Amino acid sequence: MSGRRQARAPIFAALGDETRLSLVAKLCGGQPRSISQLTEGSKLTRQAITKHLRVLERAEIVRSVRSGRETLFRFDPEPIEEMKKYLDLVSRQWDQALSRLRSFVEG
Amino acid sequence: MANRIEKSIELKASVSRVWRALTDHREFGEWFRVKLDGPFVPGQISRGHITYPGYEHVKWEVVVQKMEPERLFSFTWHPYCVDPKIDYSKETPTLVEFRLKKTASGTLLLLTESGFDKIPSERRLEAFRMNDGGWTEQMKNIEGYVAQRP
Repeated sequence: MSGRRQARAPIFAALGDETRLSLVAKLCGGQPRSISQLTEGSKLTRQAITKHLRVLERAEIVRSVRSGRETLFRFDPEPIEEMKKYLDLVSRQWDQALSRLRSFVEG
Repeated sequence: MANRIEKSIELKASVSRVWRALTDHREFGEWFRVKLDGPFVPGQISRGHITYPGYEHVKWEVVVQKMEPERLFSFTWHPYCVDPKIDYSKETPTLVEFRLKKTASGTLLLLTESGFDKIPSERRLEAFRMNDGGWTEQMKNIEGYVAQRP
């Protein structure tokens, strides 16, 4: 159980990089793209782009599928949505706790 | 995407009053809804249990970090440790910081919770599933309770 949890790469770390953010931006339209397509217009090499895609894949933000000889990458919105939901939940809890603190000190 | 939570709230109470509500373990327990075993001491573990109806099985365990009088109170913890079957202790904790500033009408309280990038994503989902729905109802109960005892 804990081994499986630890094997999952943190989403924030995966997104904390300009190149990876731009890859996500290219993929989030929903259309799967090949490494060649994703390297186009970038100053980086195909190898460097592949490395970044693998980081995103480990965080499960993108998934790869084989298509003939090519590997295509597609965006999976779920981990980011899940992260956002979690932060919203923690955030709401603090709102409630702070409102109780207000009643407590102002009362 | 931000990896921290930030809140600010303006309180109509003096800095020393707010400081006491934050750092006196009995007062903290009153509004946070937790029964604490003893006072907060920097560098030491604070233990207790949640007093929300239905959440009494949830243990409270945080490590007090800083207590700079009337300025900063901070602790690290594992948010949402609601499943007694899971050992959360190996996960990197998040850091909760309360900062106080005097204002013309009282106290500005700044709260930050940071370090969410270190929490395994699977647990985030699990914590969300466990708490969604239940919390909204809980919070209504608590608000009612507090309104009766200002």
